[in-house]
Amino acid sequence: MTVTELLETLPYGPAPEAAKPALEWIEAHKGRFGLFIGGKWRDPSTQEWFASINPANAKHLAEVAQGGPDDVNEAVKAARKAFASWSKTPGHVRARYLYAMARQVQKHSRLFAVLETLDNGKPIRETRDIDIPLVARHFYYHAGWAQLMESELSGYEPVGVVGQIIPWNFPLLMLAWKIAPALAMGNTVVLKPAEFTSLTALLFAEICQNIGLPAGVVNIVTGDGRTGAALVEHEGVDKIAFTGSTEIGRIIRRATAGTGKKLSLELGGKSPFIVFDDADLDSAVEGVVDAIWFNQGQVCCAGSRLLVQEGVAEKLYRKLRARMEKLRVGDPLDKAVDIGAIVAPVQLQKIQRLVQKGVEEGAELWQPSWAVPAEGCFYPPTLFTNVAPASTIAQEEIFGPVLAAMTFRTPEEAVRLANNTRYGLAASIWSEDINLALDVATQVKAGTIWINSTNLFDAASGFGGYRESGFGREGGKEGLWEYVKKAERSTANAERKTQSAKRKTQDTLAPDPRPSTLGFPPIDRTAKMFIGGKQVRPDSGYSRAVYGPGGNLIAEVGLGNRKDIRNAVEAARGAFEGWRRTTGHNKAQILYFLAENLEARAFEFARRLELQTGADGMAEVEAAIQALFTAAAWADKYDGVVHNTPIRNVTLAVPEPIGVMGLLCPDDQPLLAIATLAGAALAMGNTLVVVPSPAHPLSATDLYQVLETSDVPAGTFNIVTGERDELAKTLAEHDDVDVVWYAGPQAGRAMVEKASAGNMKRTWTLPESGPLPGMDEILRQATQVKNIWVPYGA
Amino acid sequence: MVTLSRTPSYPHERNPGTPFDLSAVEGALVNRSAIERRAATLPTRRTVKKEWQAAWLLHAITTIDLTTLSGDDTPGTVRRLCAKARQPLRPELMQALGIANRPITTGAVCVYHEMVPTAVEALKGTGIPVAAVSTGFPAGLNPHALKLKEIEASVAAGATEIDIVISRRHVLTGNWKALYDEVKDFRAACGPAHMKAILAVGELGTLKNVMRASMVCMQAGSDFIKTSTGKETVNATLQNSLVMVRAIREFYEQTGYKVGFKPAGGIRTAKQALDWLILMKEELGEEWMQPHLFRIGASALLNDIERQLEHFAYGRYASMQYQPLG
Repeated sequence: MTVTELLETLPYGPAPEAAKPALEWIEAHKGRFGLFIGGKWRDPSTQEWFASINPANAKHLAEVAQGGPDDVNEAVKAARKAFASWSKTPGHVRARYLYAMARQVQKHSRLFAVLETLDNGKPIRETRDIDIPLVARHFYYHAGWAQLMESELSGYEPVGVVGQIIPWNFPLLMLAWKIAPALAMGNTVVLKPAEFTSLTALLFAEICQNIGLPAGVVNIVTGDGRTGAALVEHEGVDKIAFTGSTEIGRIIRRATAGTGKKLSLELGGKSPFIVFDDADLDSAVEGVVDAIWFNQGQVCCAGSRLLVQEGVAEKLYRKLRARMEKLRVGDPLDKAVDIGAIVAPVQLQKIQRLVQKGVEEGAELWQPSWAVPAEGCFYPPTLFTNVAPASTIAQEEIFGPVLAAMTFRTPEEAVRLANNTRYGLAASIWSEDINLALDVATQVKAGTIWINSTNLFDAASGFGGYRESGFGREGGKEGLWEYVKKAERSTANAERKTQSAKRKTQDTLAPDPRPSTLGFPPIDRTAKMFIGGKQVRPDSGYSRAVYGPGGNLIAEVGLGNRKDIRNAVEAARGAFEGWRRTTGHNKAQILYFLAENLEARAFEFARRLELQTGADGMAEVEAAIQALFTAAAWADKYDGVVHNTPIRNVTLAVPEPIGVMGLLCPDDQPLLAIATLAGAALAMGNTLVVVPSPAHPLSATDLYQVLETSDVPAGTFNIVTGERDELAKTLAEHDDVDVVWYAGPQAGRAMVEKASAGNMKRTWTLPESGPLPGMDEILRQATQVKNIWVPYGA
Repeated sequence: MVTLSRTPSYPHERNPGTPFDLSAVEGALVNRSAIERRAATLPTRRTVKKEWQAAWLLHAITTIDLTTLSGDDTPGTVRRLCAKARQPLRPELMQALGIANRPITTGAVCVYHEMVPTAVEALKGTGIPVAAVSTGFPAGLNPHALKLKEIEASVAAGATEIDIVISRRHVLTGNWKALYDEVKDFRAACGPAHMKAILAVGELGTLKNVMRASMVCMQAGSDFIKTSTGKETVNATLQNSLVMVRAIREFYEQTGYKVGFKPAGGIRTAKQALDWLILMKEELGEEWMQPHLFRIGASALLNDIERQLEHFAYGRYASMQYQPLG
């Protein structure tokens, strides 16, 4: 077209970013890549390669190696070998390597950006302005943590060899999210990129070579799901970090159950985008663009459910449709394109199928008047209105540019709709009223909340889910815990201390098996269960015997069953919101009062302990009282932080309770264990279903009388006695239980972890005996961090 | 032959204004952080290259209110400016761009009242309108009655566009009715001349005030709303422009009247001109890119556009010494 003709209509012309440098890089490798293991490139043992395709034009880009089990094994061996020295490498030296990675990513930023766009199909604007700068930021930020680890995480050490499996939607960014914290904390890594998008990971491997990273610290094994499975199942891996679908996350949860492998999962989402009638609607519309048409909607935290206050719904929809008309879909390498290609035909078909389903289920579909390119994997931005909460498109993660809109009347209803999902990854809240916005932010169950903004990410802020969106955080200090464990040395110390304490007090109190002092036979006592603030008998009508250390029958407790657990969980759920909102100060008051009332009955509890365990009862009661004081002390002191993220905002990292907890107690020191674990869990705002140690349950059943006199709200603390593993299974499978702490034998730990995969609840498993974990770890396990981004500006 | 010279003809019905409506003013909500984000990503989401860019830059010339507002303006400098407005590009550059037979002029020439007769004379027969800044420009603190007289004098002298300044104190004290009454009087005084209301956004304190003042000025019958006098410390930015443009869209949706937008002050580069055109195209659509609804108040901008067009035409970078002074 001539300039004169163009003057008439002033269209946008093509503005292509050159693909040549990236294609030349591929060409320099003769279009075929090996595996990066132990610092060297090698062909896969399978001798198989698969094609990496540009989804925008279906052109073949390169041949990527199919790593087999032998390759995974070699990579794990290389990582293990490197771990010996890397874990001992001073933090400052690790910081230098991470700094070099950040610098290298920046120096080659355009090559990375173009390569990513070619491989994934996302617009060059996003790779250039968002993905790659965030990658560099992640390495910088974690270079800092490597430098600070010794002082800021003293007493912790690296986990070991970490297997990392990443998705195709943010290939290099997810690599950075995984590798940077792992290396900063002294771990070594075997990473498997997604099969659709391996190329930037391979370019990154070259950077590792160029900066002289010691061989084996980072290993990249490309391949499909089989390669990932081999990595998950490999015995030499100490931790698995996975980002991807909930479906695969569930398989990984089951596969690693009982292996002792540490696990973090960042899974799917169906995040709400909530617009109140006092929002800046035009800005909210732009927010929607960033929420659901960012990366073609292939974003785990995409704001895919639009919840809008009924009075402004039509106006917002009208603005939204006008905005959608202006979006540009096409060649991802074009600098003026908003929406690029869907990653692969299979994903495109999934989107088409779900949209069809939405239409069939009666929702109203709207798409812009223009057509998307006929060639390549493209899908237009799509708005569904009149969506029923129960419909497929409101519940299922589509992972495409499809928005499902619903209306609400009140903030309360907005919260209910927002939380009406199996997921809990993110939420966006739009209102000019800070009171309203923060009120809703505290109630929506999601790991990240953006107020008047959306899809903001930074290395300094933790990212991760509630519910079936997974567990563990990436970014911020909270993300580091996934890559460290308590140093062996300090655990051993704790053990010694406990043992010596035991020895010292062993012979100070003689057991008194006969509590009655009147010379009559003792009155037969019934240890009941405690549910919803009431003493109740077991549903089964059966009791189980409790024996003393000499094998003598000392009492009976109720044999709890599924129904007792059901009732206890129901009570705990009912009490949760109230207990969660109780101020830290008031929680502390209740815990102190509990300690006070326990002390008033110290002798009775001491005698009971000696009867059950034969150990020094009074010493344990004293320790339990102290533990309750510690829990009370923490109730109003476990503060969040304000993260230093690089925009004008406050990013509040708030520790929140996880919810309803199943707590299956260890056998050792039965009273101290309950006071420590349940005390901390309560202090953090969880409500509990406690299953006492089957060996020594009486201290727990005695405790309900103390609970009753200590203002502990009904339903907050429930006690069900019975067979530990049977009750544990019911709890672990229960969809309304959010977290299970299980202390018990290996088989039980495996069972709990496996059964937890149903609703992807968090689990924490401990041995049935031995020292209790440190309070810092207990408090972390009792909470989940919610990051609330609050931008401001007059 | 289509001529790109602009006569003060407007294809749409003028905005007659509406009764004062406080709810539409106070209902206006602006979130600064979100506005900043949109403003920051507008130029990264869109770009024009090569002949598309050349066409956009040529078009940008037609939207310029070529301006001189200096205390030392003389008839000589104003005549020179008008010559530049009549022929912004050298003939051989026009030739090289393939538009030799397609005359192109700036959107208007903008001067102080005393220079209006000189400009009118110098532009006679071109159809290029003369705009006069008025109402005690730039501070707007002259007596109200004198402001009305000033408008009338400029219109009588041949100005067909009047750029008025509002009383910022009415905005800063929330006295929206007083602002409405003031601007409505100005509009009446303008008669057939088109009125551009200068908000002086750099002195309004918040983006919310920018949005509200925009709504009031449109209710009072402004044909254009304009960011700045060019004399404030902060003048046109993409953020405050975005807010005003959205106010225009809101007013259009409420009333059906199209109000134009004029960013002024600080727009000196071709790249900036493109950014503002992108803003108009994205937020309001193609019609609002046309000179009857979009003007850029600028003096130095034209030279940078010339340089970019030279680079496009000749493939080498240009020097200012080859460009006729304005």
